[in-house]
Amino acid sequence: MATIEINGKVVEARDGAMLIEAAAEAGFAIPHFCYHRKLTIAASCRMCLVEVEKAPKPLPACATPVSDGMKVQTRSPKALAAQKAVMEFLLINHPLDCPICDQGGECDLQELAVGYGGDVTRFAEGKRVVGDPDLGPLIATEMTRCIHCTRCVRFIAEIAGTRELGAPGRGEHMHITSWLGGQVGSELSGNVIDLCPVGALTSKPFRFRARAWELNARPAVAMHDGLGANLWFDTLRGQVLRARPRDNEAVNECWLSDRDRFACAGLHSDDRLRQPLLRDRNGWREAGWDEALPRAAQLLRNIVDNRGGEQLAALAAPSQSAEEYYLLQKLLRALGSPHIEHRLRQGCFTAQEAMPLMPGLGMAPEALQAGDAFLMVGCHLRKEQPLLNHRVRQAVLNGAAAMAINPVVWPSNYPLAAEQTVAPSRLAGALAEVAQALAGGEAGGEAAAMAERLRDAEQPLILVGAVAQMGEYLGAILAQAMQVAEACGGRVAFLPEGGNSAAAWLAGAVPHRGVAGSHAPTVGKHLRQLYAEPVAGLLLLGIEPERDSLDPAAMARLLEAAEGVVALAAYDSPLLREHADVILPLATWAESAGTQINHAGLWQSYRGAVAAPGEARPGWKVLRVLGNLLDLDGFDFNAADEVLAELRAAVDRQGAFAPTPWPAVALPDAPASVEAVAALSPYSVDAMVRRSPPLQAASDAPQPCCRVHPALAERLGRPQRVRVGDGAASAVLALEIDERVADGCIVVPTAIAETALLGALTGAISVEQAA
Amino acid sequence: MKLAKALKSLFLIELLRGMRLTGKRLFSPKVTVQYPDEKTPQSHRFRGLHAQRRYANGEERCIACKLCEVVCPALAITIEAEPREDGSRRTTRYEIDLFKCIYCGFCEESCPVDSIVETRHFEFCMENNSERVIDKQRLLEMGDRFEAQIAADRALDRPYR
Repeated sequence: MATIEINGKVVEARDGAMLIEAAAEAGFAIPHFCYHRKLTIAASCRMCLVEVEKAPKPLPACATPVSDGMKVQTRSPKALAAQKAVMEFLLINHPLDCPICDQGGECDLQELAVGYGGDVTRFAEGKRVVGDPDLGPLIATEMTRCIHCTRCVRFIAEIAGTRELGAPGRGEHMHITSWLGGQVGSELSGNVIDLCPVGALTSKPFRFRARAWELNARPAVAMHDGLGANLWFDTLRGQVLRARPRDNEAVNECWLSDRDRFACAGLHSDDRLRQPLLRDRNGWREAGWDEALPRAAQLLRNIVDNRGGEQLAALAAPSQSAEEYYLLQKLLRALGSPHIEHRLRQGCFTAQEAMPLMPGLGMAPEALQAGDAFLMVGCHLRKEQPLLNHRVRQAVLNGAAAMAINPVVWPSNYPLAAEQTVAPSRLAGALAEVAQALAGGEAGGEAAAMAERLRDAEQPLILVGAVAQMGEYLGAILAQAMQVAEACGGRVAFLPEGGNSAAAWLAGAVPHRGVAGSHAPTVGKHLRQLYAEPVAGLLLLGIEPERDSLDPAAMARLLEAAEGVVALAAYDSPLLREHADVILPLATWAESAGTQINHAGLWQSYRGAVAAPGEARPGWKVLRVLGNLLDLDGFDFNAADEVLAELRAAVDRQGAFAPTPWPAVALPDAPASVEAVAALSPYSVDAMVRRSPPLQAASDAPQPCCRVHPALAERLGRPQRVRVGDGAASAVLALEIDERVADGCIVVPTAIAETALLGALTGAISVEQAA
Repeated sequence: MKLAKALKSLFLIELLRGMRLTGKRLFSPKVTVQYPDEKTPQSHRFRGLHAQRRYANGEERCIACKLCEVVCPALAITIEAEPREDGSRRTTRYEIDLFKCIYCGFCEESCPVDSIVETRHFEFCMENNSERVIDKQRLLEMGDRFEAQIAADRALDRPYR
């Protein structure tokens, strides 16, 4: 510790801390633009000049480390004169366009100019004018306003890790631009909007829509990946206009992924359901809740009475609140049905008994940063869990080894120590080789290298991601991952794509376990069994059937086979219109109270930021009233908190959970023909994201094209377009040749309109040249 | 005291004093104005009905900065904005509730582009409640109608701003 004196106050500061940090801790705010606590120090704006005793000139507080006995004046005449002079220089080229600038009202320069700016300019010459690069559909640019703090450049290089932005030129000719002239493709790019201290980089979807001072900030928790990033929804007149990160070091630090930030544009989509809909002889008609709810309850009651409780099943999207999952399973189990499923994009359910209490990291996201070896299996971590990937990246920069066994070589923003690219059916086999190498057996080069890094590591972590989840080989992959983890003393983290999967598992929205992993008296049918043996009645929660399922064709058959379908849905969907009998409009998580349980097992509750449109109501309320109307006990909740308290009590009562030991799962055989790899775009994971216009225009948006390795393309005759299908249905898509794809595989986009009729995109698939 | 008061009463002094004032007013020039045939003079700073101005090339001045909306003490102004087709910042909705407005003129003072102004026009009425909210089109029409006078008034006031 160093003892320094700031403005006459004696302060203890950490050795190596910069003056600006020490001063902030002591309660002295030093004006600054380029300094940011999460970024490296540039000392380029010079706004933080302070007077240091015995220093001949003012020193930048952000780049001056404290030393014992230092005496600093931050508000002395000399320091103030220096700060005012810097402000005058900054304002020389800054346009006076605050009235049309979106940063107006939340602009660092505007605020500091009140304190440090002059009244009248002494600069009579012409101001600098800079062209605006097009950085894509998310970031609006107005580079004349730039003050060259280079926060954006440093963020993109250091945190996003893509080096897409740069500041070529010097002095007056310096300007911020993307090196290759294209849009910024980073999945964290939206953060430069927050970082920019002026209005040079602003949010394009939010452009000109509102002022900072008229917005109400409502806390929320993002539900698009399992991290549960904390955010503020800025609302105006009942509309969510934008999302901003809410600082939480344990979850998202001060960052937000683009998906969490821009998904709110899908909230006010035109196809939101606003009124309960009933099917009549003449088709659909709008109805009031007082008519729709009894009808829905009657429908469920008829099925239970006439066909038995086992003929009823419930399917929930993996991004509903914990309260909704709890009430859904409570309702179903009270009606005598054990069939509750949320794993709509899971391709394999073998060994589900051996799954842990809930999927996830099993440790805090922060702990990832201290990790030393990561093996990603069937996991495109960078796009699936952008902020977890950021933590892994930080660990790699600190010397950790990241390795991947994937069907595609996805561009990574950190170097991989070892990498294998194999077909999905071979993922488990590749893991087995690593396990063998760990046990001292013979293994190939990459497997041996992986084994070596895992063996050397103190806390190796094997991440099994959504690519593995969406295949039919998940059971084998997880079983082998457990073998590897056992052999190297590490752990397995299964990270499914759903935004609240952990809550669904914990609340008992799985067919084989009750609340908190309690024993289920009867084991219900999982999704594949439901597809094989359909039931008479279905209760759907938050599902868009043609997009939310790995196998939309089977989902359509399941809906068709059902006699009665009650759907709680936020968005309209043709399949629901075709097969449902009652559609109840559902509030999204942004409009209702609920709880997210993240990868680390952290429970995060939120309140609705705005009222749901029209007559839409929160799911927990609808399920509660359905429970009442069906004369079930224990549905007298008055608030979401009460539901949560009951769930919490049940979890606490349950105590420690011990899954059954992992069974031996045979390594799968590779299919004889071409193997499909389902590609789920990060911007098609849930209904809200799919309806966000800015995200759908971004570079990670789903593309209706297949990708194959050049060798396979050669065997297929290098067609421009191919017909892919599973016998029952087929789709014609453009073919791109991509040497990053494993040979023998075809990457087919899922959750898009073009492939909505295909079956599960896993295992063998027929591919032929299309006209 | 009592005697003096009694004498004043006796000789009708108070009454005569009152009659003197009456007599004076009877022959002094009249101040009553025969509205609407006659009108009192107005200051060039008179704050009447609002208008939105345009530039000489016909382009609306308002840039949707929302300063008038936030400065309005009666919350009478409602603005919605988005980028226009040419990318410029424009309002899609600009409404003033004339029942809420207290005609304080803050909106005009806050406007960085002299778009929203209060004209000298004060003789307006409405027959339906819904007419109390005037929209952007109506404001621009008012601006077009009174532009000459608005400009002249602003020119007069320029030395003091």
